[in-house]
Amino acid sequence: MSRNLVTATINGDEVEFSCSTGQTLLEVLRGELYLTGTKNGCGSGDCGACTVFLNGRPVNACLVLGVEVGGANIETIEGMAKDDQLHPLQQKFLDHAALQCGFCTPGILNMAKALLEKNPDPSESEVRFGLAGNLCRCTGYDKIIRAVLDAAAEMRASGS
Amino acid sequence: MSNTENRAATNYQWVGKRTRRPDGVDKVTGRARYGDDMVAAGMLHAKILRSPHAHAKIISIDVSKAKALKGVKGIITSADIPDHPLSKPPYPPIINDLHDISRNIMAREKVLYDGHAVAAVAATSERIAREALKLIEVEYEVLPHVLDPREAAKPDAPILHEDQFTFGVDPAPEKPSNLFRSVSGQRGDIEKGFAEAEIVVERTFSSEPVHQGFIEPLSCIANATEDGGVELWTSTQGHFVARGLCARLLNMELSKIRVTASEIGGGFGGKNTIYGEPVAIRLSQLTRRPVRLVMSRSEIFRASGPTVGSYSRVRIGAKKDGVITAAEAEIWYQAGAFKGAPVGRALDTFFSAYSIENIKTTAHDVCVNRAKAAAYRAPGAPMAAYAAESTINDLAARLGMDRVELRLKNAVREGGESLMGAKYGPIGMIDVLEKVRSHEHYSAPLGPNQGRGFALGYWLHGGGLSTASVNVQDDGTITIATGSPDIGGSRSSMRAMAAEELGIDLERVIPIIADTSSIGYSHLTAGSRTTYATGMAVINATREAIDKLRALAAKKWEIPVEEVNWEAGHACPADTARGDIKPLSLTELAGMAPKMGGAIAGHSAINASGAGAAFSAQLVDVEVDPETGFVSPKRYTVFQDVGRAISPDYVEGQIQGGAVQGIGWALNEEYVYDDQARLQNTGFLDYRMPVASDVPMIEAVMIEVPNPNHPYGVRGVGEPPLVAAPAAVASAVENAIGKPLSSLPLSPPKVLSALGRARAGDD
Repeated sequence: MSRNLVTATINGDEVEFSCSTGQTLLEVLRGELYLTGTKNGCGSGDCGACTVFLNGRPVNACLVLGVEVGGANIETIEGMAKDDQLHPLQQKFLDHAALQCGFCTPGILNMAKALLEKNPDPSESEVRFGLAGNLCRCTGYDKIIRAVLDAAAEMRASGS
Repeated sequence: MSNTENRAATNYQWVGKRTRRPDGVDKVTGRARYGDDMVAAGMLHAKILRSPHAHAKIISIDVSKAKALKGVKGIITSADIPDHPLSKPPYPPIINDLHDISRNIMAREKVLYDGHAVAAVAATSERIAREALKLIEVEYEVLPHVLDPREAAKPDAPILHEDQFTFGVDPAPEKPSNLFRSVSGQRGDIEKGFAEAEIVVERTFSSEPVHQGFIEPLSCIANATEDGGVELWTSTQGHFVARGLCARLLNMELSKIRVTASEIGGGFGGKNTIYGEPVAIRLSQLTRRPVRLVMSRSEIFRASGPTVGSYSRVRIGAKKDGVITAAEAEIWYQAGAFKGAPVGRALDTFFSAYSIENIKTTAHDVCVNRAKAAAYRAPGAPMAAYAAESTINDLAARLGMDRVELRLKNAVREGGESLMGAKYGPIGMIDVLEKVRSHEHYSAPLGPNQGRGFALGYWLHGGGLSTASVNVQDDGTITIATGSPDIGGSRSSMRAMAAEELGIDLERVIPIIADTSSIGYSHLTAGSRTTYATGMAVINATREAIDKLRALAAKKWEIPVEEVNWEAGHACPADTARGDIKPLSLTELAGMAPKMGGAIAGHSAINASGAGAAFSAQLVDVEVDPETGFVSPKRYTVFQDVGRAISPDYVEGQIQGGAVQGIGWALNEEYVYDDQARLQNTGFLDYRMPVASDVPMIEAVMIEVPNPNHPYGVRGVGEPPLVAAPAAVASAVENAIGKPLSSLPLSPPKVLSALGRARAGDD
């Protein structure tokens, strides 16, 4: 079966990979590039566990084909912490215990980051609707919402 | 020091503190490795062919075309899985029948539900494996099916198992039946109790099967070697249980299978058993290559166990002053394709939060053409509590009594016992109810179209087998190994308890989950037993290490070990008169140990008992949209006796998560079948679990009545929040619309229809 050669920027690095036409970005990230921090919870765009940034916008990696991302800029959970510094959202998720099993966490962190980029001062309700595409079965969302609101406050205060 | 020695409740350095979890950074950076995150060199990919029929005889399976496909390396059917005889009575409370398990993981004579595994392929890619499935030719003879447990229990119902005869019936039945067994529990004289009653309330209820909904798919990698060994990497709530079931099923020796538990992305009981593991092992044995098997979300809905659906009837009699004189309940559970519905737990759950003189409960375990039910967070309990608590709320309404007042009048206290005979030590039932009454939520005003629900949840927690090893490294850092997968932050609690015992900084203690060849047997991470039982093993092992450290100091100082105390991470002379002896720190002792007899370690393998009961009470406000019937929870408060919260963040997390699972159970979640009994909603879009915008904040009010059987007072905390939740939410909806609603989930069409009836009734 013929494979396509694709070049994209992933977490700041230029990456070349080959994929079959039917392979999703999620399959490429996990299966070809071993970036397994992006999770596969459903494969049908319903759980949000594979949320990554594609050219600055959050997408479900399971609904994007690998061949579509040629020349694109992709950011995954592996690129969220910079140097030695966790992102404020990552910090607040730990401080608020906003994860139990942690499987939905990478997708939710990326979606929350996207939300705060658009709306740095969201209400509780806005955070809830902003994360409504990401399923978490462990936490009941309470601590996740608190962590996101707290991270937003800190990011506003520090101007980041 | 004994297990039961309680540490003083105050001045803990780490227990009860909110600290960052030890596995946290890995989980927010994507490093943590879950079931599907592992790769092995030369790995093959397996896929399973599943039945499109709910009930059919397998006439033939032809794999020749699939085998010929390039890239296909191995195919198995039930012929490649050893058969096992039907188990015989007396049956244990939890049935792990190898006869059934072998047929559930790979259908043998018949397929018994839509999605039942029929064959499995290992190929060089998942795509090729999927292609190969299409080339397998299975000839079926389709049989009539049955989904409803009451229908299935009738004599003329389609029979799933020709060799299943209802157990415990005298004389033994001559005809096979889908009714595997009926069990009863009784106390006092139920007839006398009803005769004494001045008011009797009776209602019937139903609930649908709901799935655990863990977000991480069931995934494993098996690697079989030429010498008969197997390495298994799997997402499981119990790698020792997975090992035991695989070994017994495949007639292997336990020590030949080495199971490593991956990080686990949720389980809620759904990962207590095995599905793909033996299939991956057999394919690996056949192909001599590592085999990865990941179930898709659709396969998980169709073929891994949801919890049982139910029909129930509850009848309660009371005096006018609210004292309950008699309580009777009967419940039918859909076991799914194989026996083993959680009937025993149902018996116990209905009324065990109450002190009632006359009780009778009955539960029926009925096979139907659905996936075999699995445990789900307090298996068998939420549906029973839904029926019992709703009826008790009705009783309060009929008596014109406050719902909490009625509970206080009948609540069980220390010295009481559950129906099945569990004696209660210090319990927080009354404390919980008092806290409800004094909470602002209890009397807060409600808006238009809003209602307030209230219900209790009870669960008797388990202890069981746990092993822990504590190793003191020669730089004075500590590693703790246990055999209990960490599903919700238990490593935080293990670390806190060990650091507390040692009197050292938390960061010096590293907890890990060891594989089945590296630590002794540890039962499932289930029933909230881990912090209790495994925690106790950790405490014991730490204390053994401390004793060895004290002995080392005694040797160094040439004094009796009895004269050495352990204080704040140091060995100190007990006799303060020995002013010339300076305390030795853990680090100093650890450095000395290799030259003075060897490294220091502690080990503990226990069978913990005394986990005891825990109680939850819940207040929930909902708003019902009169136009659509959509129910929106607006406010939720959970009051729970948690014994002692070792990691309060994660105890609250259990409470909040359990409540929201209950919201889903009560309002949205259900299995939907077509007329051929094929599951219609096999994805998260149509099987709709609560999302963030569906729910409010969940206030968790923790009441600490320490459990005297645990050194720090731990009680199980995971189950009671879910046990109470469907009943609490349902009662809020009833309260809002002023009409009884007796069938979960309370989805918009049902609520709208009830509203229509309500309006008609008002006219």
